[in-house]
Amino acid sequence: MRYLDEYRDAGLCRSLVESIEKLEPAPTALMEVCGGQTHTIVKYGIDRIIPQQVSLIHGPGCPVCVTPADLIDKACELGSRKDVTLCSFGDMMRVPGTDRDLLTVKSQGGDVRMVYAPLDAVRCAQETPDRQVVFLGVGFETTAPANALAVHYAHTHGVENFSLLAAHVLVPPAMTSILADPDRRVQGFLAAGHVCTIMGYKEYEPIAAEYQVPIVVTGFEPVDLLQGIYMCLKQLKEGRYCVENQYARSVKPDGNVSARDLIQKIFTVVDAEWRGLGTIPRSGFGLNEPYRQYDATLRFGLKPTHKDEETECISGSILTGQKKPDECPAFGITCDPEHPLGAPMVSSEGACAAYYRYRKGQLHQIGSSTAGR
Amino acid sequence: MCLAIPARIDEISEDDPLLRTGSVDFGGIVKRVSLVCVPDACVGDYVLVHVGMAISVIDQEEAEKLWSYLEELGERLDERTEVG
Ligand code: SF4
Repeated sequence: MRYLDEYRDAGLCRSLVESIEKLEPAPTALMEVCGGQTHTIVKYGIDRIIPQQVSLIHGPGCPVCVTPADLIDKACELGSRKDVTLCSFGDMMRVPGTDRDLLTVKSQGGDVRMVYAPLDAVRCAQETPDRQVVFLGVGFETTAPANALAVHYAHTHGVENFSLLAAHVLVPPAMTSILADPDRRVQGFLAAGHVCTIMGYKEYEPIAAEYQVPIVVTGFEPVDLLQGIYMCLKQLKEGRYCVENQYARSVKPDGNVSARDLIQKIFTVVDAEWRGLGTIPRSGFGLNEPYRQYDATLRFGLKPTHKDEETECISGSILTGQKKPDECPAFGITCDPEHPLGAPMVSSEGACAAYYRYRKGQLHQIGSSTAGR
Repeated sequence: MCLAIPARIDEISEDDPLLRTGSVDFGGIVKRVSLVCVPDACVGDYVLVHVGMAISVIDQEEAEKLWSYLEELGERLDERTEVG
């Protein structure tokens, strides 16, 4: 693990830690929503240098981790078809479905390709007009404009052999579902900077007010996180519950209006299934009426697989912050990045992968918590 | 997956109105990305790019800070597919 001392703004970090200490926070649990933030927290031991009574809960903020096995199964089914080219972001390739992943399908001869951008899949469709090209469109709000553009481009350029297997999920409904849990521990949120870069933060305002939680839009560098934590704790101390923006360098109150217009044109809000969290109402994007012909589920008549997931993976508890990765009995024993049992170990931003990468072997030495001071 | 990587716009092409694209430089690696969502961005501006699409305009100082942080984090600057 790297310590904060090695970080170029170590001095600033230390003074932020001091400001946090001066607040003398009561026992508090804050949740960081974005997987990139989790990665930074674990890598630099931010959870260990802030006052002990403040715990950071890792939230469901990694789209790779919350994509349900059923969708991976559908992607695998499509990837195995002789007439289909299945395109995907690289980090979905090893996410386990019920009994296989996309990499296995590829090794068995399926035409499964990794692409950098959704538009690359549309170009692939243009180049191979005799094949059906499907893009596995996962992601949060950050990724939605790029996926929307791919569909829009296919539509306006008559690329009819392109379709989207969409599994878009939205952050605010997931936050609400965590807050509505009667056993909830979360008392404040660090909202995801790049999600808010697209959507802005106005839709968080009613959530902060209704559930009486501070929500601070936060970036993903150590200084950002410490500042976000400080702002959350300060609100709690003062009995305020509102939305504040730590990441104003990139986030505007209304987000990116062009991107939101594009999303609104192509997508409509639908109920969505989250791995580990179940179905959350109005928490995803499906294709709007004029574009439904590009929906791969309809085009190929894909049915839910409803296979029972029998697994020792406790990713549901990890994703809702009820358990930390090292509390999973499989962690580092039957589950590691080479042989992942669950998505949080596959994704580079998954909490299990972050713990494995930075904390394996020193998991129970929490006494070393002065790292970086 | 929601990480966005800074890049400098070197050239803009608007041949296809739907596809305002630009050649951008991720601190050494050059790629063509969509600029549809940053309609006001000009050559020389810095943008945050996510899966082939610029999602916001940032200042140069922020871009440079982010590059060095991403390097520190061990992320490659070419916005590989895994970063999403
Ligand atoms: S350690 Fe592995 S098995 Fe346990 S929750 Fe994480 S991904 Fe699942």
